[in-house]
Amino acid sequence: MPEPTGVIHDIGYQRYTGPRLGRRHVFGALYLHGLRTVFGLGRSAKAKIFPWLVVGIVTVVAAGLAAVRSQLGEVVMTYAQFADAMSWLVIFFVAVAAPELVSRDLRSGVLPLYFSRPLPRDDYALAKLLSLVSALWLLLGGPQLVMFLAAAFTTSDGLRGTWNELLDLLPGLLYAGLWAVVFAAIGLLVASLTGKRAFAAGGIVAVFLMTTPIVGVLSILPSHAVNELAFLASPSTLVGGVGTWALGDLLVPEGQGGGMPIGSFGPVYAIVAVLLVTACTALLLLRYRKVAAR
Amino acid sequence: MTLIATESLTKTYGGRVTALADLTVAVEPGIIGLVGANGAGKSTLIKILLGLLPPTSGRVSVLDLDPTTDPAAVRARVGYMPEHEALPPDLSAAELVTHLGRMSGLPRTVARERASETLRHVGLYEERYRPVGGYSTGMKQRVKLAQALVHDPDLLLLDEPTNGLDPAGRDAMLALVHRIGTEFGISVLVCSHLLGEVERICDTLVAIDGGRLLRADRIDAMTSATDVLAVEVSEGTDQLAGRLATLDLPVTRDGRMLLVPLVDERTYDLILGAVAELDLPLHRLDQRRHRVAELFAPREPSNA
Repeated sequence: MPEPTGVIHDIGYQRYTGPRLGRRHVFGALYLHGLRTVFGLGRSAKAKIFPWLVVGIVTVVAAGLAAVRSQLGEVVMTYAQFADAMSWLVIFFVAVAAPELVSRDLRSGVLPLYFSRPLPRDDYALAKLLSLVSALWLLLGGPQLVMFLAAAFTTSDGLRGTWNELLDLLPGLLYAGLWAVVFAAIGLLVASLTGKRAFAAGGIVAVFLMTTPIVGVLSILPSHAVNELAFLASPSTLVGGVGTWALGDLLVPEGQGGGMPIGSFGPVYAIVAVLLVTACTALLLLRYRKVAAR
Repeated sequence: MTLIATESLTKTYGGRVTALADLTVAVEPGIIGLVGANGAGKSTLIKILLGLLPPTSGRVSVLDLDPTTDPAAVRARVGYMPEHEALPPDLSAAELVTHLGRMSGLPRTVARERASETLRHVGLYEERYRPVGGYSTGMKQRVKLAQALVHDPDLLLLDEPTNGLDPAGRDAMLALVHRIGTEFGISVLVCSHLLGEVERICDTLVAIDGGRLLRADRIDAMTSATDVLAVEVSEGTDQLAGRLATLDLPVTRDGRMLLVPLVDERTYDLILGAVAELDLPLHRLDQRRHRVAELFAPREPSNA
């Protein structure tokens, strides 16, 4: 007699004998999950509002710049300058995204569920850091790509013009990467200290904004060297300083003036930026060593 | 195979607080109850088993692996359900368990399938698509159990799984744990401060107090004594005790109750007869399993 069809059998618990992926795959999964979290993907509609508002603003600005350039042939902003101009938005973006990535996990107590799995605790922190760096880089680099495409398709010099444009774009993307790394490292470290998202956001904004007056004070002291080193005091001006040294007129075209009066201290800025990122990352890992042992 | 073995395991925090002291124990696969008062060192032991805390001294092995040198290998085969609230409120159970399955190394589609399957096994069906924030305590405990089970471990470490549940919820959770241990073929270590709870479902019982081992044995070896009848009368307890003693029943007093070992059906009749003869108001007469708790009860000083 044939079995009756359309009946669901409870086949009971099934043991899993399939493949178990290694550390690299788990890291990748956590990284992608973090990247999606930053942009509110896979989360509630409310969580999508702010990230996509910021994405909208930077894209519109880039489109505007591209339009001006193609219609009037005037370069309002270089690629690198675009990153500088958007730094305020980046600060607020970090202040929302970093607590979303780490403070939420601290508060809900979900971390023991991560650390009781094969994933090493350093991987957790590094995957989150990498997610935030990538998100910030996409945020600053994506609009630059829009500007590049507009410029490349409207250039009158043919392929040579496109090639020159590409040579301008690449340093801009690298500079955006520097912004991303410095801001993500600081922002994530601050956010990892508290489980309260509002405190974390406030702390991040405070670190970036409160240091600006220090730069102001240092730059009017009656010592030339101190004036030239003043921009080390705040993350935003530190990045600007490195940019001024490394990119020169790619950051600020000749004749526009501006740039940062860092004198010959350029390498110092670069070293301090590297040290700052290294220190923040090391502290972040230390922080998670302590959290994991609880 | 030995499931968990420790040898002179000691853990002190900051050189002052002793959480585990010279603990040597070995248990076979099955359902193991780890019993002890709050602060007895249960959670510390679990963290050492997971390789999250290094022991101060001594040796430990889980599934024949050493968590101090190869924690990743141990954790790949172990599922852990923490005692405290551990769920982000804005994610749905399905999303959370899928994500944690991937964190255990399951491929994406497998993680999704196994997540819904384990959630079904712990008794969550359509609710699993709703945010965890709106769940009852019982449902949250089930989600915590599901995430420990999603990667099909060989050993489950459950830290106070019945915490915060009402009596019905406790029974359901214990039945579920029992099913996992027997039908699913997964060994389980259940931590609890309630002996009466775990003794119902365990094969092996490990009792610790102040970080020291009180006793570790198979539960059938511990409860070889027969069941007892508890008799309570509103008045005349002494009178009844005397009468039962003359009937050759070994009576012991436990507060307002009299405990009589249940030999066979006749014991009931003898007690009821004695109560009726003395015309005492019978308050209750029920059968109690010989409680393992009595094995751990502090010995009363012989001379008061």
